[in-house]
Amino acid sequence: MNMLEVENLWVKFPTRQGIFDAVRGVSFTLGKERLGIVGESGSGKSMTGRAILQLIRPPGIVEADYIKLEGQNLLDFSEPQMREVRGQRISMVMQDPKFSLNPVMTVGEQIMEAYLLHNNTSKAQARAKSIAMLEAVSIRDPERVMRAYPHEVSGGMGQRIMIAMMLIPDPQILIADEPTSALDVSVQRQVLDIMDALVKERGMGLIFISHDLNLVSEFCDRVLIMYAGRVVEVCDADKLHEASHPYTRGLLNSLPRLDQPRKHLEVLQRDPKWSEAPSVGGHS
Amino acid sequence: MSEVTLRQWLLSDAPTSRRHARLASLYKGWLSFRSNTMAMFGLGILVFLLLVAAFAPLLAPYDPFAQSLSNRLQPIGVEGHLLGTDSLGRDILSRLIYGSRITLYIVALVALIAPVAGLLVGTVAGYVGGWTDTILMRITDIFLAFPRLVLALAFVAALGAGIENAVLAISLTAWPPYARIARAETLTIRSSDYISAIRLQGAGALRIITKHIWPLCVSSLIVRVTLDMAGIILAAAGLGFLGLGAQPPSPEWGAMISEGRRFILDHWWVATVPGLAIFTVSLAFNLLGDGLRDVLDPKDSGQ
Amino acid sequence: MSMIEIGNLDVWFGDGHDRVDAVRQASFSVAEGESFGLVGESGSGKSTILRAITGLAPTWSGQITIEGETLTGKARTRKFYKNVQMVFQDPYASLHPRHSVDQVLGETLHLHGFKDIDARVVKLLDDVGLGGRFRFRYPHQLSGGQRQRVAIARALAGEPDILLLDEPTSALDVSVQAEILNLLTDLRDERKLTYVMVSHDLAVVGHMCDRLAVMKDGEIVEVMSVDALRKMEASHPYSQALLKASIAA
Repeated sequence: MNMLEVENLWVKFPTRQGIFDAVRGVSFTLGKERLGIVGESGSGKSMTGRAILQLIRPPGIVEADYIKLEGQNLLDFSEPQMREVRGQRISMVMQDPKFSLNPVMTVGEQIMEAYLLHNNTSKAQARAKSIAMLEAVSIRDPERVMRAYPHEVSGGMGQRIMIAMMLIPDPQILIADEPTSALDVSVQRQVLDIMDALVKERGMGLIFISHDLNLVSEFCDRVLIMYAGRVVEVCDADKLHEASHPYTRGLLNSLPRLDQPRKHLEVLQRDPKWSEAPSVGGHS
Repeated sequence: MSEVTLRQWLLSDAPTSRRHARLASLYKGWLSFRSNTMAMFGLGILVFLLLVAAFAPLLAPYDPFAQSLSNRLQPIGVEGHLLGTDSLGRDILSRLIYGSRITLYIVALVALIAPVAGLLVGTVAGYVGGWTDTILMRITDIFLAFPRLVLALAFVAALGAGIENAVLAISLTAWPPYARIARAETLTIRSSDYISAIRLQGAGALRIITKHIWPLCVSSLIVRVTLDMAGIILAAAGLGFLGLGAQPPSPEWGAMISEGRRFILDHWWVATVPGLAIFTVSLAFNLLGDGLRDVLDPKDSGQ
Repeated sequence: MSMIEIGNLDVWFGDGHDRVDAVRQASFSVAEGESFGLVGESGSGKSTILRAITGLAPTWSGQITIEGETLTGKARTRKFYKNVQMVFQDPYASLHPRHSVDQVLGETLHLHGFKDIDARVVKLLDDVGLGGRFRFRYPHQLSGGQRQRVAIARALAGEPDILLLDEPTSALDVSVQAEILNLLTDLRDERKLTYVMVSHDLAVVGHMCDRLAVMKDGEIVEVMSVDALRKMEASHPYSQALLKASIAA
């Protein structure tokens, strides 16, 4: 059963030199799985995530045959309806928690506010629920974190708080845009484990946007590889290292590896044909 | 080269010489400025004002000082006097046209003195830091603590009435906000990597301030100055109105309002027409400032 | 003779109650022509060591000796700036937004007292693989990789012996990272440079360096050779954990 179906998605930005297509004809479906979208900066991977939630600001234009969330076309939704979708049904975790949390409110106030917005309950119950949420994302001392301001928590902790907040309304789909690239390697792992467990427990669909091939291959079920606004290849995450598209191969080979020392790294030779070829469909 | 049009040459992403690069970036700035209709409107008014000031003797139908007591307080639209005459029978249109010179003179002088002083104080304080910063900023605070017009009044009273002293007084009261802005900008610029990088090349404080910090502060100051211009014109007019700026019979707009004040109920146009002129020019500067902010603000450029 | 000698280096910010010790009792030495890596997570003090060497860190104690000359305080001589240069992490922040490539390199060459500036600018751009087309562009007309090449050209302008690399590729895409790392490898061979490279990425340090120091909370917990790293012979538990996380990822 597909929760999300995206067909022929385009994101366009008019510029002085003409229209710039950030995303060009991307199609994919998402079930109860972890779908990775990888690509370099400018490949349109973040734009794809934002376009689904209609978070592209004017003058940007989103066009698609349809973006269906459980059969309903999101393109037909009004802005108030979309706001409901954004909060309740699809949540998004951004790259840097520092910019996503309000600096002048305590963490507790912000989580409780998010909870009260979606549930009609008392403050005490919201508080209890918030603490439970923080515990769910492996925060050891939730009472203390509730009282802390965003600048008083570390990056990894901040990202866990963001995930906790995003999960409060119990969304069906979580879009995570580079959720760990601002974090240290050791903390990255913890955050990923938490996301993984939550997605599995709740049967959610996850779109994991990242530039890190290794991370995606390890963490996701299926991967879309994007280049210049198009999907150039779709493969199972565990078979990413056997990918066939020269772009994917080039990316993999350009990584330095501890176990294979060499004098020079392989440099990716870009072929203009890659960006002209039509998008590969990412249907499962 | 022949098939490349001037426009393409200017919009090139790969300039081939220093001059080309500079012209190209100027042209791009102009293009983004041009797309702002209101700013273009403001610029249009100011260009018009400049032309009027430049060709005042040709445009003015009468001598601005020629009195004709038999013709005094003629209403708007009277034959020969498009905007009427004042209490001494002088043609208001001619006075307005000549007054634009004084207005521009004041604006130009203040725009030269105040931001430059503010830039100097602010960047030095911000970059050097420590005691220098404390002392310079406390002085700035003292100036900021007085109401502007009152301080200007005090200066003029001490220096003597007159247009130059009015300009000086306005400049003296106008620089502290610029110093504050320049200092705030300098503090963020100072800790950036490109300043560290040039320090590692052995550049001294003077070079860093003048060549690296100023170009970045100047744009926001220019914006701020154009937005403040309206206030400066009004302050000059206010001083003129109070009799401490331009002295009669000089056709300064503020002084003209002051003169017209006595007849405001029976002969409203004498005070209103120069008032409208002040209003229009102030508005033009504000619109221009808004447009310049979009073009010049370094935070937005380059994206 | 070793190019860089660091002994019992302490670096701290603030005073009294607010004092934060960024680096504590760090000691290592780098031989001529060697490439030395400093590895650790954010806040471990690895970049602070580079900043202390170049005089950009406010307060430090201990010993820093560069090419036999012992440094004091924040002031550095002109000779030091000619011999030691730094490449910064974020190429988007390390170039002046209003200066063209030509201005950046020209001014640097002027500061180092060169006369044949035009010829040298062209040569520098060639050396970092950019070519004359880029000479009059402004930073916003360059990609991240191109900007980092300009930053490297600027660092090379004074013909230094030592290049301090502060996470030079962490803001770049992997394919661009490969290009920049290859460029750095070639430049080191051509110019016999000594590198000190700071990175959070063990694979990058493993690729670029001969030896490395692992830092945690301001202290160097282990200094080892890259060969030992490849054989997974880290002895300190923290280096082991870091190694494990890097291999897994």
